[in-house]
Amino acid sequence: MSTLTTELKKLGEAKAPAGFAERLLAQVGMTDSYASFGTVLGTVYVAWNRQGISAASRSASAAEFEAWFRNELGRPVVAAAAPPDLAEKVEDELQGRRRMRFDLRGQTPFEQAVLRKTREIPRGEIRPYGWVAREIGHPSAMRAVGTALANNPIPYFIPCHRVVRTDGKIGNYGGGGPEAKRAILTLEGVRLNRLEELARAGVRYQGVKTTKIFCFPTCHTGRRALEKNIVWLHDEASARAAGFRPCKVCRPGAVA
Amino acid sequence: MDGTERLFERMVHEHQNRVFAFGLALTGNRHDAEEVAQDTFLRAYRALVTYPPDRIRDLKQKPWLHQIALNVVRNRVRGNRPRLVELNGSEPDHALGPEDDAILKMEMDALAVRVAALPTRYRDAVVLRHVQELSYQEAADALGQPVGTVKANVHRGLKLLRGDDDEHSDD
Repeated sequence: MSTLTTELKKLGEAKAPAGFAERLLAQVGMTDSYASFGTVLGTVYVAWNRQGISAASRSASAAEFEAWFRNELGRPVVAAAAPPDLAEKVEDELQGRRRMRFDLRGQTPFEQAVLRKTREIPRGEIRPYGWVAREIGHPSAMRAVGTALANNPIPYFIPCHRVVRTDGKIGNYGGGGPEAKRAILTLEGVRLNRLEELARAGVRYQGVKTTKIFCFPTCHTGRRALEKNIVWLHDEASARAAGFRPCKVCRPGAVA
Repeated sequence: MDGTERLFERMVHEHQNRVFAFGLALTGNRHDAEEVAQDTFLRAYRALVTYPPDRIRDLKQKPWLHQIALNVVRNRVRGNRPRLVELNGSEPDHALGPEDDAILKMEMDALAVRVAALPTRYRDAVVLRHVQELSYQEAADALGQPVGTVKANVHRGLKLLRGDDDEHSDD
């Protein structure tokens, strides 16, 4: 009698496999899961939870990604098989054909504002840091915008590579340095050489004579203009003096 | 993270071994035990998020989780199991486990196989009472049976396990 019940009691001391709780919490979306995806940008590690995509990085290995994630977001991340449709969604998102949900809860309200605003920059276009600062209502916080973008937990998805220096130089990039930034922008169809030429010549805006509207050079509305109608403008004041008004789509200056 | 999620997280950490052990004794192997434990907590989570705060506060977690686990095991019809998302690395590792003593682990598994092979009503009663060490009242609540029935089933189950079942073998 006693031996059997003692043995049964011991059976009750079985331990759940290592990592059981973490995998379970990941499954209900309370912990982040991650998987790697082959994308146009190469292999990208992507983490997600119930709120949406929470992080992305082109880490060299799963271990490196896990370490980066823990350091960046201060919580663990668990390897998982991606839901069947996620690979396609990731590719569509990176190609600009889809808008996924993101989990930005770990960011400050200011950082969230910067990241959300950055997300509005269309594929193939770029904006200066100062534009983001002004758009979110902190026109003098350009450096803080730069810092927030440098700490972007979801690069590529939140296109911090589309924010460049106000003087037209490409600026630094947390997602793999300036070279990576160039490569991604080129992939998105931004003609960087031309833009840098314009920047060297001190040109900031493109005006269209027929409409009397000035845009950022990459604005998709301005791209429709005929070459002969384009004038290059150095700053907002001279543009306004010449009778141009800012584009309401790319909002190069304060839209009156 | 809201209150329910924190509660659930605590619940998982506090009860994961207990629920896993329960699954092991009921199914007789660690792979199924992990699935049962996983499914139990997933169901618990889905239920918790729909519960009003006072119901969550008054919840007796231990009997409640046992009740869910029993239902999970009952619903596991071979070939028609609820599909769980398989996570990488969730394959049970038979060689290495949290139990330090491999021999102890083998003995546990061998006993689990014998327990799991009992007819359901004796198995459930014996496991709740002697593996999980619930009181007769708690076991009766989890099973939805009168206490007397549970006592009789535990007694008979133990007898079957000891192998001195000389009277009849109707189940």
